[in-house]
Amino acid sequence: MNKNSLLFLGAIALWTLSPVLSETSLAASAKNNYRTYCAQCHGIAGNGRGINIRDMSVQPRNHTDAEYMSQRSDEDLAKADKEGGLAIDKSVLMPPWGDTLSPSEIKDMVQYLRTLCHCKYNSQ
Amino acid sequence: MKERHRALRLYPAFLALVAMLGFSPAWAGEEDGMTLLKNRCASCHNLTGPAPASIHALWERKAPDLFYAGNKFRRKWLISWLQKPVRIRPAGEFYADHIKPGPKRDMVDESTLKPHLALSAADATLAADALMRLRAHDDLIAKEHVPAGTISTSMGSLVFDKFLGCMACHRVKPDFGGLSGPELYTAGDRLRPRFIASYIRSPQAWDPKIWMPNKHVSETRIIQLVHYLQALSKGESHE
Repeated sequence: MNKNSLLFLGAIALWTLSPVLSETSLAASAKNNYRTYCAQCHGIAGNGRGINIRDMSVQPRNHTDAEYMSQRSDEDLAKADKEGGLAIDKSVLMPPWGDTLSPSEIKDMVQYLRTLCHCKYNSQ
Repeated sequence: MKERHRALRLYPAFLALVAMLGFSPAWAGEEDGMTLLKNRCASCHNLTGPAPASIHALWERKAPDLFYAGNKFRRKWLISWLQKPVRIRPAGEFYADHIKPGPKRDMVDESTLKPHLALSAADATLAADALMRLRAHDDLIAKEHVPAGTISTSMGSLVFDKFLGCMACHRVKPDFGGLSGPELYTAGDRLRPRFIASYIRSPQAWDPKIWMPNKHVSETRIIQLVHYLQALSKGESHE
């Protein structure tokens, strides 16, 4: 196999793998954002049991709860993330992260939440 | 000959000027203070800026940034605290590095938190004076105006706990509130009023990646919060 053929095969491999690589890095970035901003209340395991919860009048959502999470649309989750709990008639204790996370980071975060609950939106 | 006499007359004045510039106690103090900060504080605290611009830089930060300490702290509090340091951030910095799963919720892992070093009275004064000269954010402070005033602690706690939900992350009593943010029951003594106002207005203007959100707090509420924190520190009710 000559040098040009090797380069051609390499390019094909990169092109095929690029969506996978891109998804992996997006997931890693959302996971890092979750650990930094969400875990303080929602817990390092996403189970709603963060270090801050003891005195809260409303407890943070358990993001691993598939039954509840499947009832929230991606749009609702993104809205709560960006504008805070009050924007979807939930608690003021959930703050808006729109000045911290970019629109694409919020979109990635919604996908990361779907991996925590192992669920998708079910409108039924 | 005349010129030589004149030069001789001026020579003592020249020597006096050199002595003043070289051995001025104020100048020496400034230099000593900065040397002290570099030797004792710089291994954990950022004295020069900028604040972390990425999540990973944020995670690597070992202690609060001090390059705007003069915009942030009250000198009197610094001198006192540096001699007898007490933990301000219950979960340390970066908070997620100091927590572990617990039976009911995540818990602070005290074994990972280190005590802050204590300074002698003389060094604490030297350090405080040097810190007060670090004012990288005079621009942000200049935008704030906090009128003198008071608020009842019951109204203050309503704003803090219920209207804005600040208690989720901050403690307003040693045994009430969240743990990921600094305690605020000594904030009125610790922090300058205009810093409190500016930081609430936009935490990201001071620290772009910080885990405190911008809640777009109104001007009225910002002033109420400043007065509430001042009331808490005084330990008295204004009802």
